[in-house]
Amino acid sequence: MDELMIDGVPLGSRLIMGTGGAPSLDGLGEALLASGTELTTVAMRRYAAGTGTSVFDLLERHGIRVLPNTAGCYTAREAVMTAELGREALETNWVKLEVIADEETLLPDAVELVEATEALVNRGFKVFAYTNDDPVLARRLELLGAAVVMPLGAPIGTGLGILNPHNIELIVSRAGIPVVLDAGIGTASDAALAMELGCDAVLLATAVTRAQHPVRMAEAFKHAVIAGRLAATGGRIPKREHALASSSFAGRPDL
Amino acid sequence: MSKHVAVIGAGIVGLGIAAEATRRGHRATIIDPAPAAGATYAAAGMLAPVSELHYQEERLLALTRESARLYPGFVAGLGETGYQETGTLVAAFDAADRAALADLKQAQLAEGLEVHEITSREARRLEPSLGPALTGAFYAPGDHQVDPRALSAALLKMLRYSGTAVVSEAAAGLIADADGAVVGVQLAGGEVMAADETVVANGLAAAALTGLPEGLVLPLRPVYGDILRLRVPAGLQPFLTSTIRGIVRGHPVYLVPRGDGTVVIGATQREDGSADVSAGGVYQLLRDAQTLVPAVAELALEEMTCRARPGTPDNAPLLGRVAAGTEDLPGLVVSTGFFRHGVLLTPVAARICADLIDGVQIAAELQQFNPDRFSNMTKESHA
Repeated sequence: MDELMIDGVPLGSRLIMGTGGAPSLDGLGEALLASGTELTTVAMRRYAAGTGTSVFDLLERHGIRVLPNTAGCYTAREAVMTAELGREALETNWVKLEVIADEETLLPDAVELVEATEALVNRGFKVFAYTNDDPVLARRLELLGAAVVMPLGAPIGTGLGILNPHNIELIVSRAGIPVVLDAGIGTASDAALAMELGCDAVLLATAVTRAQHPVRMAEAFKHAVIAGRLAATGGRIPKREHALASSSFAGRPDL
Repeated sequence: MSKHVAVIGAGIVGLGIAAEATRRGHRATIIDPAPAAGATYAAAGMLAPVSELHYQEERLLALTRESARLYPGFVAGLGETGYQETGTLVAAFDAADRAALADLKQAQLAEGLEVHEITSREARRLEPSLGPALTGAFYAPGDHQVDPRALSAALLKMLRYSGTAVVSEAAAGLIADADGAVVGVQLAGGEVMAADETVVANGLAAAALTGLPEGLVLPLRPVYGDILRLRVPAGLQPFLTSTIRGIVRGHPVYLVPRGDGTVVIGATQREDGSADVSAGGVYQLLRDAQTLVPAVAELALEEMTCRARPGTPDNAPLLGRVAAGTEDLPGLVVSTGFFRHGVLLTPVAARICADLIDGVQIAAELQQFNPDRFSNMTKESHA
């Protein structure tokens, strides 16, 4: 599959994984390997770096790049401080910016998100902005200097799939930076659809970590993302109202 | 043959091992500056092989079921331990919580575990304090409880009574002879204690011992948990009779009623490196517990505790002898990394360690958790 370039870094896999909800480190490691991911996001508020036996060591051992995230932050201020923590601990200026409005929906708070994006860009971060499926907001984040926009398919952990495919398509069509479908993925076809809609990559966690067989699901998503990317660039046929035989009638003997 | 067994660590597991070794006629010495003050002090004491079944942890079932079976004999004669054979009621808050529990029930039944699906009305008949907003419930009659503080106090009392020395000092490391065999313990104060067998049962601190066998990696990490103890006012007694476990919007929570009129509510799992009680953790526990049992709001909050569980990469303990070439390294038994299951697994860990000390053959399904499974060592002896 063609590589995805983010901030000059080529990624061979277009599946970005999260670690939330994994029952054990070993299980997480097996699932990440099966997914083929080269970039995985970790919540800085939930994991302490440098314990020697943590999730960070697991990623390092498997050669997977870490994308620190600000999950669990409700204000721009918390998000900026958490991002700084990640930069210091992990020596990367990449951050997945997550500023949520409330625990019921875990939806992004657009106003705080815009403010935090601006602040982090000024501080030299490469901001991967987790956002609503709002084409106007996504465009605004790009103009503020976000490196990647990550619209949600559905609220985090719901597994509802892509609730507004039209908006995702619109975001992709207007974006000059990579678009990553983040959150809401339930099963393989959701990930394939995201890629068919033109997204550059898919980010998911729960759909694998909380599955009954995480390794099998991880492998399913690996194939789904590849299939969706191929289909998106393969030139699908137009939808027609009437049948069109795949073998033409030309040359049929006239009896 | 009676041996001198040095047990490093007087958490519930170390105390259990010392007690079993003593029962079998060995002389035990326990080394711990603060007995039963770590994870044992925090633990709720659920003995729940059924409702604690997690996907991908099925291998642990051999240990957890055997240990639950051993519990009545293990606590017999110890006096007050809070061991109770009341069952566990598992409640679901929303439809997705119910679906998750129904899926888990299939896995539990496939393993031959006993769990019954009951209606929320039946659940509330059993436990009238449960709130009306439930979508379903399951009953696991075989999931019991013990009070880890009472049990560890009873074990310590019995051990002291039977003449076991408790050294109030930390262990610094292991002492080995020229062949690598472990022959004793170096105490933090510099003193050396000779032992025929040394049992490493000091939880997270095990990895920091000096003199561990060359190449042995004990991949322990702290998984912090916040846990609450509440007192039920006289007017609300009896509050609950069974242990209540629930999933509330995807978050697990449990309420364990004690015989003394208190309720234990737990527990968070945090890997944020903070040993302090987390305000957010306490909030989440109270919120979810109150969602299941509204009258939780009427209880007196007596204690908030945080301790670290010793986690391992596969959530299973590091239990057994360490390989040295094709043999086991003499003089050393490791028993740590019990993560969420230390209290439940104490009787079986005690028996396995005592069997290793006595050279008794151990069933293969109980011997899958050798402490060197994460190390690059010769493993022929465990093949």
